[in-house]
Amino acid sequence: MIEFIADKYNFWIAIVLMMIGFYAIIAKHNLVKKVIGLNIFQTSVFLFYISISKVNGGTAPIIWHPEGHAEVVYDNPLPHVLILTAIVVSVSVTAVALGIIVKLYKNYGSIEEDEIKLIEHNEPELDSK
Amino acid sequence: MIAVDFLLLLLLVIIAVAAISAKDILTSIMLLGSYSLVIAMEWVLLNAVDVAFTEAAVGAGISTILMIAVLTRVPRFEKEPKEQKHFFNLFNHSELLALATVVITGALLISGTWDMPAFGDPNSPANSYLSPEYIERSYPQTGSHNIVTAVLASYRGYDTLGETTVVFTAAICLILLIRSYKKNER
Repeated sequence: MIEFIADKYNFWIAIVLMMIGFYAIIAKHNLVKKVIGLNIFQTSVFLFYISISKVNGGTAPIIWHPEGHAEVVYDNPLPHVLILTAIVVSVSVTAVALGIIVKLYKNYGSIEEDEIKLIEHNEPELDSK
Repeated sequence: MIAVDFLLLLLLVIIAVAAISAKDILTSIMLLGSYSLVIAMEWVLLNAVDVAFTEAAVGAGISTILMIAVLTRVPRFEKEPKEQKHFFNLFNHSELLALATVVITGALLISGTWDMPAFGDPNSPANSYLSPEYIERSYPQTGSHNIVTAVLASYRGYDTLGETTVVFTAAICLILLIRSYKKNER
């Protein structure tokens, strides 16, 4: 039982973090809060990948003995590469989302989702501005 | 190692909940910055050193600065919804619905981990197929001691070019979005 938990808890906590981010995305009305939730969601996916790449007794994937053939166990470097790319993409997504928020605040004077909906319902001509 | 790993992950969950529930957005943003820093530590622990570098610089640095820059333009405090709250005065109706969705999705995902290979298993499919070849060949073929760098810049050079394209597209989007068209517009 304890062994089973020790084998899996990294994945479980990644899922818990993902659900915290998901909750923020669907339940919070404030748009900046939604972006924060999106960030937590993305990071949890990274955590899942890096957890998969760990090998027991492995070291960082940097060659220790280039010439010799010493038996060194390395962690799996391929998920690390994927996540390096994904971090940069996630920051781009955050930047564009925040840009849209600034524009929305300029047009509607609010960053609360329900207030924006109400304004849009009452004054449809604001859309064309 | 497992004890430190577990403590860091627990700290991550606590910080995430605090960041979501804070009413002051500035508090949320600073907590998100510390969240990025803690997850960078977790990645040093899991030996993903390049990822830790990037996360500490980009996640904890740039995205915190971007969010604070946006906060200078928008209101700082989140408005309380006026609906009545139930369940120890914590959630209103729509939030309870969201909570139910999240719990069900989480339970389904966790039931999916039952068949997954164990944490740190050297014989798992992800760690036994293809990656030993990269570890063996990257130094003779590229001359780089760091395998992650070799894969990123050499074997997957086009992928990195695509990543640069994404950043470029995001920059163009931002310019089009928040450029001022009239003279006196901020």
